[in-house]
Amino acid sequence: MSAHASHAPNRSGLWDYLTTVDHKKIAILYLIAGGIFFLAGGLEALLIRLQLMYPEIELVGAKTFNELITMHGTTMIFLAVMPIIFALMNAIVPLQIGARDVAFPFVNALGFWLFFFGGVLLNTSWFLGGAPDAGWTSYTTLALNQYSGRGVDFYVLGLQIAGLGTLIGGINFLVTIINMRAPGMTFMRMPMFTWTSFITSGLILFAFPAITVGLVLLMFDRLFGGNFFNPDAGGNVVIWEHLFWIFGHPEVYILILPAFGVISEVVSTFSRKRLFGYSSMVFATALIGFLGFMVWAHHMFTTGLGAIANTLFGLATMLIAVPTGIKIFNWLLTMWGGQIRFPTANLFAVGFIPTFTIGGMTGVMLAVPPADYQYHDSYFVVAHFHYVIVGGLVFGLFSGLYYWWPKMFGKMLNETIGKWNFWTFFIGFHLTFFPQHFLGLMGMPRRVFTYLKDQNLDMGNFISTIGAFGMTIGTILFVINVVVAAKSSKRAPADPWDGRSLEWAIPSPPPEYNFVQTPLVRGLDALWVEKMAGNKGMTPAEPIGDIHMPSPSFLPFLMSLGLFVAGYGFIYHNYVVVVIGILATLSCMFTRSVKDDPGYHIHEDELEEKGVKA
Amino acid sequence: MANHHAHAVLPDEPEKATLEGKNKVLGFWLFLGGETVLFGSLFATFIALRDQANGGPTSQALFDMNLVAVATLLLLTSSMTSVMATLALHRKDLKKIQLWLTITVILGLGFLALEIYEFVHYVNEGLKMSTSAFSSAFYTLVGFHGAHVAFGICWITLLQLSATKKGLTVVTAPKFYLACLYWHFIDVVWVFIFTVVYLMGMIGGKVG
Ligand code: HEM
Ligand SMILES: [Cu+2]
Repeated sequence: MSAHASHAPNRSGLWDYLTTVDHKKIAILYLIAGGIFFLAGGLEALLIRLQLMYPEIELVGAKTFNELITMHGTTMIFLAVMPIIFALMNAIVPLQIGARDVAFPFVNALGFWLFFFGGVLLNTSWFLGGAPDAGWTSYTTLALNQYSGRGVDFYVLGLQIAGLGTLIGGINFLVTIINMRAPGMTFMRMPMFTWTSFITSGLILFAFPAITVGLVLLMFDRLFGGNFFNPDAGGNVVIWEHLFWIFGHPEVYILILPAFGVISEVVSTFSRKRLFGYSSMVFATALIGFLGFMVWAHHMFTTGLGAIANTLFGLATMLIAVPTGIKIFNWLLTMWGGQIRFPTANLFAVGFIPTFTIGGMTGVMLAVPPADYQYHDSYFVVAHFHYVIVGGLVFGLFSGLYYWWPKMFGKMLNETIGKWNFWTFFIGFHLTFFPQHFLGLMGMPRRVFTYLKDQNLDMGNFISTIGAFGMTIGTILFVINVVVAAKSSKRAPADPWDGRSLEWAIPSPPPEYNFVQTPLVRGLDALWVEKMAGNKGMTPAEPIGDIHMPSPSFLPFLMSLGLFVAGYGFIYHNYVVVVIGILATLSCMFTRSVKDDPGYHIHEDELEEKGVKA
Repeated sequence: MANHHAHAVLPDEPEKATLEGKNKVLGFWLFLGGETVLFGSLFATFIALRDQANGGPTSQALFDMNLVAVATLLLLTSSMTSVMATLALHRKDLKKIQLWLTITVILGLGFLALEIYEFVHYVNEGLKMSTSAFSSAFYTLVGFHGAHVAFGICWITLLQLSATKKGLTVVTAPKFYLACLYWHFIDVVWVFIFTVVYLMGMIGGKVG
């Protein structure tokens, strides 16, 4: 044997998590960080709703209101739901394809820390002279120096750093899924969640560079006197809108596709049936991913692109409803005639279906350009995207968390609290957002901090705020559930739901090498195939042997810290700090590239017995 | 898989001999896909703004084709030498790899020097970042490419230094391969810059 160290490095507690390259621990990091940002974004939402509870009140004032809506949107999209999606992908995808690891464990850790430090940078703006206030879309010229304060610099740099993390995370999953599948795991045997993660990662790869460029240009305008978006010097504000939405529209599919994947897994497991129309599901996912790139200008109908462009983009947008409809019918047909159970995971999944359908229908309404002139920038749009993002994605995430919690943490979440969690959140959600459709149709614009009495807007706004409290209670119940689960001493079994895919074939939580022996996959729903054949677990594809593992490393943390420091240098025009930060990052890259990582081996006799069996 | 290292006989296509190597090559191709979108967005922005000189110097008034032609020649030749390095890699000939890459780096440095000279010259002619939308778009697109060249030079040099110690192994082979791929990519981008920025900029006003 060559120069490999033969012992697992002994690290524990915080140090373990700061240096880990294990995808399962990185999943937990994503979940914790995303969860905290979710609570922050939720608090911001609550303040927005309180300000709008009654007409003409001055709870937070116009300036703070602008900061709140900007930070709420930005936080929720980039710092809350994206990382929670990444948490599920990290925890589950390698297990579902029978892999020991992801393709680039080091890059995986780097992706997390970049996201984390980007998010922290963005949020420190609250304490350093004011948060960004130009809306989460940061439209120029509003977002240029004349109209917006330093907050937008935080937006630009925070999102840039976090976005880099997302981009490399996406590449990592693409390579993992293409190259690391267990023997027999053909593409058409991959579980739907893996499929949707795959397509989502592809969308990330092609969508994020557009926002990277947009942010660079905005940064140059704000910090170095560039003129991209300054009409007085020949600049063009519509360029920002194009770049933002070339990223932004695919982004909403980056968000929703993994939720589709979760729903597919959950509905089929709890109906005890294989997913209806599996191959049409795969096809629909790919088609949605493709069309997601063709429709960005439906966010720009009112910018004057002209009738032809508007018509084409409107039609392309409506086309997306077709594959989406296929998916909805397939879920319904999966349940049809199944032996359905309703634990919390499935409640959220089933609640998802009608809610998301409503959101999709208002989407098609918005996609009619002449009608959009009426809806645009009204509360109707707010209702639409919350129906898809909260009623779709967040329901999907809750479903996935209840479903995979035992696998991730080895503890079951409590079902009684779970049901209360579901019902308060579900009812609160509809109370909050259903009235907003009508508020919009009655003329309430979005992004205004108050409204006048007696314009028929009082009642709708009041109900909406009450609903927001319902969602808050639901979220708090989830946190309580997590604490209860952490305290309980009962351990979750390997396969609590009578599952169908590979992740249920190994212990909960999985050992650091996932599979003792790489499994041999013999069909779609790999574990179910073995169960039906009367086998106790998966058939191994290789003899038991030593397992090679990558070493932990502190470099990802340091590299991200370097960029974090450089970010402040840019914001405060202190170029010494910029140079120090960038040099720190570069020297970490240098260290990494000259020092090869030999990793270490886990020896045969150290392997836990259970291995591949259920 | 990961067990046979340096002392074993080097397999064919050493850059893809291990799973790590295969992952790196695939990941890097995907990364280049992302870079394509990145440059595509910059090009689109440039094309939209190329005639917005805002009273400042225009591309027709500034561009010196001789200088750009020499720069292009240097970079295209360096692309060829990087291909020679890849061929040497497949022959597992470390000496030749090092030779060709050294030439590549020198040519790259020449290109970079010309570009810096060009930028300084334009600034003296009154084209600053803040002059016009055209100037911002020009410096950003061409500068981004220049930064890629500079990064590539540092990367390849570093690789050459560490390979003198480590030799050609299944660990270093993918790194050489990727560096050459990267260098190739930035050459291709330059061909587009040459066409869209310089050639179209000389004609002026008609296209785009
Ligand atoms: C059948 C599917 C869908 C259609 C036809 C559709 C259509 C539209 C249209 C036309 C708009 C622009 C409205 C305006 O600003 O005037 C819009 C806005 C929006 N949609 Fe959708 N949509 C669909 C699905 C989704 C999904 C799945 C998500 C997220 C998971 C989503 C999130 C959003 C967001 C966030 C906005 C508002 C962006 C902003 O201006 O802040 N949509 N949608
Ligand atoms: Cu859209």
